[in-house]
Amino acid sequence: MSETLDKPAAKAPLTIVGTRPIRPDGADKVTGRAAFGADFHMPGQLVGRVLRSPHAHARIVSIDTSKAKALPGVKAIVTAADFPDLASEMVEGSEASSDIRDLSLNVMARHKVLYHGHAVAAVAAVSGDIAEEALARIKVTYEVLPHVTDVEEAMAPGAPLLHDHLFTEGLEARPAQASNIARKHRFVRGDLAEGFAAADVVVERRYDTKATHQGYIEPHACVAAWGEDGRCDVWCSSQGQFTIRSYCAKVLGLETSDIRVTPAEIGGGFGGKTTVYLEPLALALSRASGHPVKMVMSREEVFRATGPTSGGVIEVKLGAKKDGTIVAAEVELKFQAGAFPGSPVGTAAMTALACYDIPNFSIVGWDVVTNTPKTAAYRAPGAPISAFGVESAVDELAQKLGLDAIAIREKNAVRDGTKASYGPTFQNIAYVDTLKVIKDSAHWNTPLGPNQGRGFAVGFWFNVGGESTAAVHIGEDGSAVVVTGNPDIGGSRASMAMMAAETLGLPIEKVRPMIADTNAIGYSMLTGGSRVTFATGMAVVQAAEKVVADLRGRAAKLWDVAADQVVWQGGQAVCLDPAKADKKPLTIEALAAQSARTGGPISAQAAINAQGPGPGFAAHLCDVEVDPETGVVSVLRYTASQDVGKAIHPSYVEGQVQGGVAQGVGWALNEEYVFDADGRMENAGFLDYRMPVASDLPMLDAILVETAPNPRHPFGAKGVGEVPIVPPLAAVANAVSAAIGVRMPNLPLSPPKVLAALDAKAG
Amino acid sequence: MARVIAGSECWPFTGGASEFEVEGATVRDLIASLDARFPGLGAFVDKRMAFAIDGEIHQDAWFSPIRPDSEVCLIPKIGGG
Repeated sequence: MSETLDKPAAKAPLTIVGTRPIRPDGADKVTGRAAFGADFHMPGQLVGRVLRSPHAHARIVSIDTSKAKALPGVKAIVTAADFPDLASEMVEGSEASSDIRDLSLNVMARHKVLYHGHAVAAVAAVSGDIAEEALARIKVTYEVLPHVTDVEEAMAPGAPLLHDHLFTEGLEARPAQASNIARKHRFVRGDLAEGFAAADVVVERRYDTKATHQGYIEPHACVAAWGEDGRCDVWCSSQGQFTIRSYCAKVLGLETSDIRVTPAEIGGGFGGKTTVYLEPLALALSRASGHPVKMVMSREEVFRATGPTSGGVIEVKLGAKKDGTIVAAEVELKFQAGAFPGSPVGTAAMTALACYDIPNFSIVGWDVVTNTPKTAAYRAPGAPISAFGVESAVDELAQKLGLDAIAIREKNAVRDGTKASYGPTFQNIAYVDTLKVIKDSAHWNTPLGPNQGRGFAVGFWFNVGGESTAAVHIGEDGSAVVVTGNPDIGGSRASMAMMAAETLGLPIEKVRPMIADTNAIGYSMLTGGSRVTFATGMAVVQAAEKVVADLRGRAAKLWDVAADQVVWQGGQAVCLDPAKADKKPLTIEALAAQSARTGGPISAQAAINAQGPGPGFAAHLCDVEVDPETGVVSVLRYTASQDVGKAIHPSYVEGQVQGGVAQGVGWALNEEYVFDADGRMENAGFLDYRMPVASDLPMLDAILVETAPNPRHPFGAKGVGEVPIVPPLAAVANAVSAAIGVRMPNLPLSPPKVLAALDAKAG
Repeated sequence: MARVIAGSECWPFTGGASEFEVEGATVRDLIASLDARFPGLGAFVDKRMAFAIDGEIHQDAWFSPIRPDSEVCLIPKIGGG
């Protein structure tokens, strides 16, 4: 069941936006015709494989590839020596900048390996078996170094150092010694001591989470072909073909115009496909061999060598008055970045208290490198981790004060005009409405049974705008093609087509969306940050509006009237000039049929840098039942409300909510990277890394709150894809804590951990 | 003049000042004014920070307009997944 809390629209009713048409990519996906990353083949292609480090931390003394090269069928071997040794440089390849040196060193280790699974060499051969045999014949001599995988151990004095050149940024003075702490983030307001002195009740607790993987079903895969003229092609599954192009060009020292990247269908990304792993290797192997090279990761490689999100420690102290007013908050966050700096602790710190209006607070975040895979973005990066700590602490505070979980949040809620904890003043937000719809829901008012508990939590995410290009082409029969540069990871094809159809006045069936390669459409930032329906959608609407203006102009010429005497209504040009009352409206089909005579093809493009994405808020309610004999937690019921601005295709928005909840439930209950004493991940497969499947979950109810449309977007859309994963960790943990009567501060809440808590409680 | 709110990232340039007023009709103008008042801050915020103008986040947008009574909050650039 899903429902919508709506405010009457001020404008004329929309005919397509807000409806639920059949998805344009549906037939391809259910029939198997959709071509994913591993589905692409080229004549004469070779198979690429990667040799990975068996050590969590080691110096590379030497690499001898001679025996591998001598193996018949081996066509190329590359190591770091085949890539330029790049200087540190921040590049704007995606939504946030990255250090291209770190990116390059993560693609292929140079001098040192920094985690178990770090690439040290790659082979291209005529078959996978021969490539595997070649890997076995490469002799790498290592000097094994002490390693550290735990974030607090990595911060401690005397910890094994990953990078001699890493000096903590963000301190008042540059430290004298290198350390594993890359950066300190700090957000403060008011007087913390004064705030806690004024508090009647204080709660304080330490929480922790483990590294978890984005868990996309499709592994990383690509085919690369290096042309004899130096121009290259890459076909791959990613969240942004332009980002892949940019990173490959930097890592290999090429011009971006030398590389064309064609996006494959993507089988999930969730932030994890916003960087490169295989693509530069495949290009280098293709250059060396003269053949196209195909590379596909195994699931084990995906776990061992691609970005999970951070494990983290969250320390939270809250102080409140007896009436529930929170007067002080202190939050400290310590996040694993993996082998190179850049954990999402900054955004975790910025979002930690974003739902609350608190006069005195301090939030400190530490970005810490560890001998684990470099973290990559994962849906609202960092926010679920800090929300887990803060929302658990608010739950505990409410219990101490005798308030219900929604009342304490209403009491301290941010509203329009509230200064957000990360700085700006909120406008056009519907956070309080997300609380209200949960409070009014049947779920909130349903009693629980034995061994059952109910948990509530809220979450915030900024959402992102940025650069997007879109083109709209009208065919000679009046149908339309909408071209964008953003892979469809969450239903954006449908929303692009719907917004174009609404603007043009065409039936949705007459608008075909497509996603173009990097040579066929202008630059577009990657698909991520909940940006595509907002930002690329704005570009689509602007391109469609240009088409409409063109069509009006052509009609005006045909009727010999001024352009302002023609309006576009219901997909046709209508003449307003009373002297031309005999002129019948001209449909888009009629105008398209005369396009040659009236000026040529009807086509327009818009290239924009969209600003003002509008933040998202979510409120989640979760019921669980705990089996006291096994410690197994079952999610019985889940209701999630969300401030969505305006849902372009409500089914897709509900799908985003449900998907975020499902991933959050897995993070809360079972998912974790488990490392052995040698720093090797022990559970690098879906049998041992337990993600929830459909049979683990009930129907997840989504309530779309549309009371605060985004004034920046032509239809009021806000980003929706990330905030749904922010509250579930705490909502589930709060429910489990309520069910067993023991606060559960350490994720995941796997059966042994729950059972241990029950045993400890029983004494 | 616009009221600028600068977080801890900017304090090494501002000497710890977190709120001040500077001229600027656009983001680019504001960056120039910030640099004139706090040398080095302009280049820093241009590269690392986003501009929340009256609550609305603008990122890499030199020509976004700023009103004389606007609140401009400097916040780290936002990524996402």
